[in-house]
Amino acid sequence: MNLTLKIWRQKNANDKGKMVDYPISDVSPDMSFLEMLDVLNESLVQKNEEPVAFDHDCREGICGMCSLYINGEAHGPDRGITTCQLHMRMFKDGDTITIEPFRATAFPVIKDLVVDRSAFDRIQHAGGFISVNTSGNTIDANAIPINKHDADESFEAAMCIGCGACVASCKNSSAMLFVGAKVSQFALLPQGQVEATDRVLNMVKQMDEEGFGNCTNTGACEVECPKGISLENIARMNREYLKASLKG
Amino acid sequence: MALDSKIPKGPLADKWTNHKNNINLVNPANKRLIDVIVVGTGLAGGSAAATLAELGYNVKAFCFQDSPRRAHSIAAQGGINAAKNYQGDGDSTYRLFYDTVKGGDYRSREANVYRLAEVSANIIDQCVAQGVPFAREYGGLLDNRSFGGVLVSRTFYAAGQTGQQLLLGAYSALNRQIGRGKVKMYNRHEMLDVVIVDGKARGIITRNLVTGEIERHSAHAVVLGTGGYGNVFFLSTNAMGSNVTAAWKAHKRGAYFANPCYTQIHPTCIPVSGDHQSKLTLMSESLRNDGRIWVPKHKKDVEAIRAGKLRPTQIAEEDRDYYLERRYPAFGNLVPRDVASRAAKERCDAGYGVNATGEAVYLDFAAAFMRYGKEVAHVRGLDENDDALVKKLGQEVVKTKYGNLFQMYEKIVDQNPYETPMMIYPAVHYTMGGVWVDYNLQTTVPGLYCIGEANFSDHGANRLGASALMQGLADGYFVLPYTIGDYLADDIRTGPIATDTPEFDEAEKSVRKNIEHLINNNGTHSVDHFHKRLGKIMWNKCGMARNAEDLKSAINEIAELRAEFWKDVRVPGTNDEFNEELAKALRVADFLELGELFAKDALLREESAGGHFREEYQTPEGEAMRRKEFQFVSAWEYKGEPKDAVLHKEDLVYENIEVKERSYK
Amino acid sequence: MSGILNSSIGRKVAMALSAFFLMIFLLQHFIINSLSVINPDTFNEVSHFMGTNWLIQYVMQPILIFGVIFHFVMGFALEIKNKRARQISYARNNGAANSTWMSRNMIYSGLFILIFLIIHFIDFWIPEINTKYIQGDMSGLLADGEGFRYYEELVHKFEPIWRVALYCIGFVFLALHLLHGFMSAFQSVGANNKYTNALKGFGKAYSILVPLGFVVIALFHHFNH
Repeated sequence: MNLTLKIWRQKNANDKGKMVDYPISDVSPDMSFLEMLDVLNESLVQKNEEPVAFDHDCREGICGMCSLYINGEAHGPDRGITTCQLHMRMFKDGDTITIEPFRATAFPVIKDLVVDRSAFDRIQHAGGFISVNTSGNTIDANAIPINKHDADESFEAAMCIGCGACVASCKNSSAMLFVGAKVSQFALLPQGQVEATDRVLNMVKQMDEEGFGNCTNTGACEVECPKGISLENIARMNREYLKASLKG
Repeated sequence: MALDSKIPKGPLADKWTNHKNNINLVNPANKRLIDVIVVGTGLAGGSAAATLAELGYNVKAFCFQDSPRRAHSIAAQGGINAAKNYQGDGDSTYRLFYDTVKGGDYRSREANVYRLAEVSANIIDQCVAQGVPFAREYGGLLDNRSFGGVLVSRTFYAAGQTGQQLLLGAYSALNRQIGRGKVKMYNRHEMLDVVIVDGKARGIITRNLVTGEIERHSAHAVVLGTGGYGNVFFLSTNAMGSNVTAAWKAHKRGAYFANPCYTQIHPTCIPVSGDHQSKLTLMSESLRNDGRIWVPKHKKDVEAIRAGKLRPTQIAEEDRDYYLERRYPAFGNLVPRDVASRAAKERCDAGYGVNATGEAVYLDFAAAFMRYGKEVAHVRGLDENDDALVKKLGQEVVKTKYGNLFQMYEKIVDQNPYETPMMIYPAVHYTMGGVWVDYNLQTTVPGLYCIGEANFSDHGANRLGASALMQGLADGYFVLPYTIGDYLADDIRTGPIATDTPEFDEAEKSVRKNIEHLINNNGTHSVDHFHKRLGKIMWNKCGMARNAEDLKSAINEIAELRAEFWKDVRVPGTNDEFNEELAKALRVADFLELGELFAKDALLREESAGGHFREEYQTPEGEAMRRKEFQFVSAWEYKGEPKDAVLHKEDLVYENIEVKERSYK
Repeated sequence: MSGILNSSIGRKVAMALSAFFLMIFLLQHFIINSLSVINPDTFNEVSHFMGTNWLIQYVMQPILIFGVIFHFVMGFALEIKNKRARQISYARNNGAANSTWMSRNMIYSGLFILIFLIIHFIDFWIPEINTKYIQGDMSGLLADGEGFRYYEELVHKFEPIWRVALYCIGFVFLALHLLHGFMSAFQSVGANNKYTNALKGFGKAYSILVPLGFVVIALFHHFNH
């Protein structure tokens, strides 16, 4: 396949940045999207040009490091996958592909397509945990039976890979799917109840301070989420927050 | 220096308890005066950093990813072993210990493995307390499944994402300490050297991957939890960024490197599709619980399949060779990974590979669909003889068990694994070798510790499935935080370590020198070009089957490639910016040294054991032939060039286990 | 509890609560209006009651006005904040791939509804206030004293085609706004459970039928008189 890539180039955080066109030929449909970018970069290095910087690591859809806004969608046009799992067979010969970084004020661009998602980490620092020290003396793992349905739902929320596609897809750059998933994971488990009030209040406070927008329930995040995290998690967070506010 | 493994005296089952009772402790007030650096935030590093901070130490943690949550432990799929015996199927600490030593082909240290088995149960308790959502049964209790090389169900899991869930658990513990200010977290930082002051590890040099800044960080002890070096093969199931640099720099500063040739080649990975390939994708071992592995019995069928004239589903049952079930009736498809991988290679080398490259075998779920389907039909009172219905019901069951893996396969290969068997082939997955450590997980450099996959300690020559997660968390949560106290107890009056000393100057200078060379080299080939060539040498000559002749030539070829790399590599851009090519170049430079030591170690080891298979040493049936005279750990001391490395042997003594022929028949 | 309105979720919930109130008001308004088609006498009586009852006039009416203003002001405030959360927009954005047009354009449907409401106020509400509180005629009778004035006035209003057209357009936007807003309000207050699907169906019906009903009433009076 022969393609035209329109890629956002930005030297560093202070640079203004612009879209640049790159033609690329002999792309195999079996390549992953990132392998196609590898080929582009290899040719740029050969031409003594700067390769395109993009985040990636595990390349099997679990680390959450890869991002990219491809043809107007986070992680590209396919569903239930990250960019590293997107394959070139989703595109046609002669296509023009627009590649941009995840855009949000809370995700400043570091270089080209690489953004800083440490806001997510800081939200977790504020309360994304259960305060239990390592001891080896906690109660036996089977001492508290947990309803299978709740455990499964908690797991489904915990599947979030923290990639930020929800923020990137949301017209408001809201982080509520991410935060809702974490709040839900713990809210659904008995272990999480003790700190439930503080957790949701602190995490939402931090989320607001990071400059994410507000959720207007468009549902774009759920559709674009590579792990299919459900909007129910946002509803649950809203409930938990109301409960906590009334209590606290 | 003679190797002292510092294994405590006394009966095996009491060693760890006695040791904990007798080592020095640091009182809580003094812990506040002590700094510890932890490099790497995977299961081992993340859990260690969190636990050390909980204890009161001041921790500085480093990772090269943009968040500690992205360490490659996250990609572990199948599960974590623990001797809980929740299934009542005869499991015990001893049995887990026994399985692990046997699985490692009697090349691991008894005391370490026993300790690992002992703390395994605590890990599950700890993780559940943290809110890790393990899979549960309808009664609300934890579920288990089986992994290769064992006869009990002791593997705890969270669908096909156990590593993710465990890592997020450790990450949450780490977050809590970052929030409290007890851990200072450095994301997007790569460690490029260890600083040794008066013979002790006192700090590290890092490069900020965003700004390029070279930084000095000091501490009273340094812990490396930096993972394995499978990427020396270029193609592996490791993440793109996984590298050996931290461990290798430690080696160059005096830490011995043990058993580098012990590499695990995982039998169930998606085969290579072309030259553009950047990494290989694992299909969890748990699939072998339900999938059956086969190739056609007859060459003519193989040829027809390769030519696209025949579909695998059209081959009659009697024309299929379920070679694992044929060769290993007791364990069948659940033989350990090294055995399964070699068996696949044997069939493919004999010309029975089922894809165009001849390097693939089938992993078939058709029987599982029918088996599960019949069960469901029976329970729901439906017609058990309606094959189409039964198949559909069975597929639904399999989907709930492995749905994400099937989806992953379909996205990559573009074939529906519910309709046609998966094609799989072995790929590099894990490295049992690593930095040599004693019972306290301390390297040969005082104050320098190494945990998780980065060390060599617990898996011998082959690791059993679901044991990597167990080891990472055992080291990080339950072993290192105690044993490091024994060393730090002498440091309560040391005070902060200064970074403006000649030792830091020297280390920073050597880092800068390398970087400047690479940036100004202006050669003709990219970093990946060299990495791919190194990978080819490694795979062809140090891969699943090795022989003296190949290994000797590999040593020479790697040394030549390394020289060429330093002369001819091209790294665009500058040091003072986000520069992925530079980061890669620094990593590949170390792989090019490690690769040579790897081959040298493989050449030395004139036997076959676990993941290390020497063609010269096999039984008439083609099984691995272990040799008594190689019952030792090879620990290499750095002497300037990999080829000059000096061998130190740590003899392995088995007092509680009988060293037997490792049979899975 | 303090500062809840400063938090993102607090504001979201406040939007939802004001929306619930407005949706109930809308339904009530619709029921009374539809009486004008079914039975003009009942319509007159109910209108008189609504227009003169002190609870409605002095308690509910101010709450309603506050609710409307709050919903608009908060909506705009949030929109401004949300715009600030992404200062550089995408060169290419395929919003249709993951969300409905309605959900992405609440601010515009809201703006049109605001314009409609302003006209509606000038048209209906201000003359009403003028009659009742400035001229002091609380009788609700026609100028000639023969029966209530409400039905006559309503019919009279729908004579010019331009007003009917404007009215129809206004309600199309209201329908679009409701098609997202109805479920969105429930999601915002955390209602997402096994009843969600049923509620979704009801929401769709409400969002289409109620505005449609208003339009039908307008057309009915326009063509019948």
